[in-house]
Amino acid sequence: MTWDWGAVRAFLPHFWDGLLVTLEALALGSVISFVLGLVWTLLMRAPTRWVRWPVGAVTEFVRNTPLLVQLFFLFYVLPERGLTFSALTTGVFAIGLHYSTYTMQVYRAGIEAVPAGQWEAALALNLPRRRTWTAVILPQAIRRVVPALGNYVISMLKDTPMLMAITVLEMLGRARLFSQQHFQFTEPLTVIGVAFILVSYLASLLLRALERRLVR
Amino acid sequence: MSVDTVKHPEPAATATPELIRLENVTKRFGGHTVLDGLDFSVAAGKHVTLIGPSGSGKTTILRLLMTLTTPDEGTITVDGDQLFPAPEKQVREIRKKIGMVFQHFNLFPNMTVLRNITEAPVTVLGLPKDEAEARARELLDLVGLADKAGARPSQLSGGQQQRVAIARALAMRPQVLLLDEVTSALDPELVAGVLDVLRDIARSTKITMLCVTHEMGFARDISDQVLMFDAGRVVESGPPEKIFGEPEQERTRQFLSAVL
Repeated sequence: MTWDWGAVRAFLPHFWDGLLVTLEALALGSVISFVLGLVWTLLMRAPTRWVRWPVGAVTEFVRNTPLLVQLFFLFYVLPERGLTFSALTTGVFAIGLHYSTYTMQVYRAGIEAVPAGQWEAALALNLPRRRTWTAVILPQAIRRVVPALGNYVISMLKDTPMLMAITVLEMLGRARLFSQQHFQFTEPLTVIGVAFILVSYLASLLLRALERRLVR
Repeated sequence: MSVDTVKHPEPAATATPELIRLENVTKRFGGHTVLDGLDFSVAAGKHVTLIGPSGSGKTTILRLLMTLTTPDEGTITVDGDQLFPAPEKQVREIRKKIGMVFQHFNLFPNMTVLRNITEAPVTVLGLPKDEAEARARELLDLVGLADKAGARPSQLSGGQQQRVAIARALAMRPQVLLLDEVTSALDPELVAGVLDVLRDIARSTKITMLCVTHEMGFARDISDQVLMFDAGRVVESGPPEKIFGEPEQERTRQFLSAVL
């Protein structure tokens, strides 16, 4: 087996396209999972079980079925119902939804870790319930969970190649396409492997900076 | 000195309006009865100290008044309004009259000292921000922390945090200040600073104080009345000279000889 820098050069334009798609999926998937996860967490604290029960059932279902199956389902079944989105939109939504069922647990733990005294102080000061959440509880809960959320971002990154299954050409999709056309597997796969490491390293640096900003 | 400040003779004790009244209040945790058919009242402007062994129900009284917990039996009224049961709106109105300082300070760590103090006046009382800040700075000055407005609670000592917590409670201009073992979590050398601030407030304001403490010297200094608790009941009550000087009950003598 010989290393062919020419193949690397030939692959690079395709690689950049793929990297862009991977980053897009990762960034949007993260945002969706962060927001949706928080929504689930708060709904699970609703006073009525007519909210808690359905939310619990749906999120439990999503968490316990494979992402790949969800991708196929959303990509092939939704259009039959007249809902058509681009492959990337579908994929980003599926990743965000899937991971939101994990982030919701992270948020829950973060909220429960806020000491009871904080709730009591807020009550003693007569803060309205909404204000207690937004000004006291959530800021403290979220800064506690940034490291755990960061782990899910890395995990999400490693799941982005699944988007290949619904025709999204992210990094692995680009590498595979290139390999099949040029019969050169080593170079493109190595390039994207290195890229995955670099992206996850950069993401962790970014998250650590965010953590430092929040934990003051 | 103007005419207004000339001292009037103290009105008779029976004429002072009752601000807080507990009637037959019982509170149980599981099978344990923390408060056992308790009756007592606090007149406006008085400083009442609750003493007694741990677990005798003193803190539970403060928590009931702050609506942090509910009684199993009995009625509690504040300024004539019943607290349990009461519609949420009335509870909020009653809570406005009461401020509480906690054993573990419970400052909001995500806010500066200044915002800890202004948060509730702005969002609950609807005070303009600059007015709330001006008042907060006055209060910080009162508790001797004028230079800490921009600090985070984590940058302060326990004693400083507790003084901020006192300022935070006072910022709501409550009629009653509940003090729940406010020096118990402090290093010994920080206790005096906090107690001095409270002595100052007791002396210079008309605020009603209900105070759970193990600091007997402090209790003797500020109290109009001392209640000795044991096993969810008031064993004995009276002015501090009597409770600390010549207690009638054996249980009180026992307790005092153990802590003094």
